[in-house]
Amino acid sequence: MAAFGAGFGIIAAHAGIGPAEAILMSTLVFAGAAQFVVAEIWADVDTASGLTTIAFVTLLVNMRLFLMSAALRPWLGSLPGRQIYPGLALLTDPGWLLIARYRAQGGADAAALFASGFMLWVTWIVGTATGHELGIFIVDPMQFGFDLVMPCFFIVLLVPLWRGFYRAIPWLVAGFTALIAARFLPPWWHIMAGVIAGSLTTGALNDRR
Amino acid sequence: MVAIVIMGAITFVIRAGGFWLIGYVQVSDRMRRMLEALPGSIVAAVVLPIAAKNGAAGVFALAAALTVMLAFRSTLLGVMVGIAAAALVRRAGL
Repeated sequence: MAAFGAGFGIIAAHAGIGPAEAILMSTLVFAGAAQFVVAEIWADVDTASGLTTIAFVTLLVNMRLFLMSAALRPWLGSLPGRQIYPGLALLTDPGWLLIARYRAQGGADAAALFASGFMLWVTWIVGTATGHELGIFIVDPMQFGFDLVMPCFFIVLLVPLWRGFYRAIPWLVAGFTALIAARFLPPWWHIMAGVIAGSLTTGALNDRR
Repeated sequence: MVAIVIMGAITFVIRAGGFWLIGYVQVSDRMRRMLEALPGSIVAAVVLPIAAKNGAAGVFALAAALTVMLAFRSTLLGVMVGIAAAALVRRAGL
């Protein structure tokens, strides 16, 4: 996560996002994928259309967090809001996957949501600051594979979630739908398309059992 | 600055909204199973297109990360070996 944050810092420095802005963004937004995409369109931030695009991209790229948040309801629904929403405010993909693994291994403490979120948040901010500092010296971040930290982290977290091939069929459907959708849909819609296809598959499969 | 605040606000509404909204809907058994199967689907939908876009470097990075994770059950080690594999493949110019 620190490396991923540093990766954002480096990209931000190259995109013309100032150090204070990069750190503020990592603190307030704390959503890596959206921040990486916004860095690419940051040059137009002062125009109305640029601002609208940034808002729309943020909405689109982060929409999956809506589904993750909804998925926590069966587990945390009975607790009072003040215990849940601070943790939800720090919800991220890695945080959510860590929580999913924690649950799969039998964990039941709701405080784990906030604790893991907070830990990742601090790491993310420190990583951004460090990366931005170093950004000037690193000419090509891709040379070191920094751009692939997120996918590597994701695929690794899949291992503890494995429950046999039957349960993994929706994953395959989601992956291949996203792969095909990425060719036809505008950028970043493919994630949502894949996730929806995967969910529908889960519903259909379990129905037939 | 305005853009960052807007991004933060939108992201918070999404994060809190899913949990909040589904509290007002009757969650059926099938819907619960669909929600529980989400993590794997999200991982696949994010990761596969990135791997395809990066060609050999992407495929080798993910395969290396997955292999190391299966062998040693260490998240950190898996990620480190994964990006190292990508760096090596790119250096080799594949």
